[in-house]
Amino acid sequence: MLEIKSVYKTFNAGTVNEKRAINGIDLKLEDGDFVTVIGGNGAGKSTLLNLIAGVYPVDEGSIRLNNIDLTHLPEHKRAKYLGRVFQDPMMGTAATMGIEENLALAYRRGLFRGLGGGISNKERELYREKLATLGLGLENRMTSKVGLLSGGQRQALTLLMATLKKPNLLLLDEHTAALDPKTADKVLQLTDEIVARDKLTTVMITHNMKNAIQYGNRLIMMDSGRVVVDIKGEEKKHLTVRDLLEKFNIESDRLLLSE
Amino acid sequence: MNIMNLLNAMPGAVAQGLIWGIMAIGVYITYRVLDISDLTVDGSITTGGAVCIMMMLAGFPAWAAMLGALAAGMLAGLVTGLLHTAMGIPALLAGILTQLSLYSINLRIMQKSNQSISVDKYDLLISLRYITEAILICAVLVVVIIAVLYWFFGTSLGCSVRATGANPNMSRAQGINVNMTKIIGLMCANGLVALSGALLSQYNGFADVKMGIGAIVIGLAAVIIGDVVFGKIFTNFAAKLLAVVFGAIIYYAVLQVVFWFGLNSDYLKLLTAVIVAVFLALPYWKAKYFSKPVKRGNEHAGN
Repeated sequence: MLEIKSVYKTFNAGTVNEKRAINGIDLKLEDGDFVTVIGGNGAGKSTLLNLIAGVYPVDEGSIRLNNIDLTHLPEHKRAKYLGRVFQDPMMGTAATMGIEENLALAYRRGLFRGLGGGISNKERELYREKLATLGLGLENRMTSKVGLLSGGQRQALTLLMATLKKPNLLLLDEHTAALDPKTADKVLQLTDEIVARDKLTTVMITHNMKNAIQYGNRLIMMDSGRVVVDIKGEEKKHLTVRDLLEKFNIESDRLLLSE
Repeated sequence: MNIMNLLNAMPGAVAQGLIWGIMAIGVYITYRVLDISDLTVDGSITTGGAVCIMMMLAGFPAWAAMLGALAAGMLAGLVTGLLHTAMGIPALLAGILTQLSLYSINLRIMQKSNQSISVDKYDLLISLRYITEAILICAVLVVVIIAVLYWFFGTSLGCSVRATGANPNMSRAQGINVNMTKIIGLMCANGLVALSGALLSQYNGFADVKMGIGAIVIGLAAVIIGDVVFGKIFTNFAAKLLAVVFGAIIYYAVLQVVFWFGLNSDYLKLLTAVIVAVFLALPYWKAKYFSKPVKRGNEHAGN
């Protein structure tokens, strides 16, 4: 269970570039929730994910995951509980290292990294099995450098790395935005399969309203660093893009009026 | 222009190349593996030489003096690492600061700017008086060092150091403490550099406070020459380290040839800089003027 309590974040405080990115967010995710997040540019979606991941500290408020207080943990310590996939396919993998080496790095997430040996044959079998589930033929290219893979392949691999050790929370930051539509669909399907199979609690940012509606059991819309729409349960199941657009207009009008 | 003069100079070039090859392996670890340009090395190579000579003058055996040099170099790497990670100073500047402070420290270690040691009175591991022996011993050392590094960079810890250089974002997301891995990398590198300094001062029979000036450029030269000459055929990590050592040997061999043609040895440093500049430019020129258009996707893979 993820509990975000009155979190605030301002960038460049006290300068002309001051930007209040997150403006008092309260959010509670139940175990197994698959939340899609939409909102315009600068709404604070990525900032929210980065605050959860510990890329930068919160100004105020607290973030707890399964009753563990993450608020003051450094990024690499939180990684133990989190799986992350980034928007940029280059960001989630090490290009100059092999596929199996990348997986081995992910397999040791949250564990002590000592002078123990490299990749055992048993591990290699596991990787081969997991890679086969992607259906990209990567299981036959285990020693290939990741830099040789396409963006879609790298993103699929990053997804696998993020979920290789079951994370308490999976953070997907527009992870299909840089891919062509066909590849994006494939990666999204994979995401859905993995999330369903491992019953992962997931937050997925997307710019695609259709995807936001199609996937997950809950949808939130952000604007100016706040959650302005929160749809779950039956309502989410029957949601259409039209409903969403109406909601969006209403919400933004209301926001405009209130300011 | 007697060809025999050149041939007679070659064993010395090989010996020096092997010694500097160890130093260049250290540079490879920071420059290539960690993706940091570490300028500490100009200071830590002298520190290695100074500690080694002073310990031997104080009666320690060569192996103990070299271990002392190794430890001193690692300490220098630790300082640069802490300046960079704990104090947030850019790596390049952190290295320069450590290098500058090491100048004073090296003077204090040696108590004067130059300390010589006689091969007749002390049991040196290598000396330029016995070049064949020096080449053999250094070759064995190079093999041992490459074997140890090959093992280390295959362990979980070593892999996390490599991952840090390859992609720090991904490393943090996978739970790697990149500050720690950077420090480990810098310590390994400067330890090796100081060890090379210890060998160099024994080989030359003295340690000098200025012996490290421009060392980083020689190290880079070796790394780049090794890469340009052997990059295509040596893909394994151990082979790449070996290529660096070969790069250092080629560098010294080329220098011998150039001096044999009668170039004034005052031009040594200038020549080194020119060699490095040219070899650094080669891949760039190649990509810019001689490459066929390729798929764009892969070009950015290294980012």
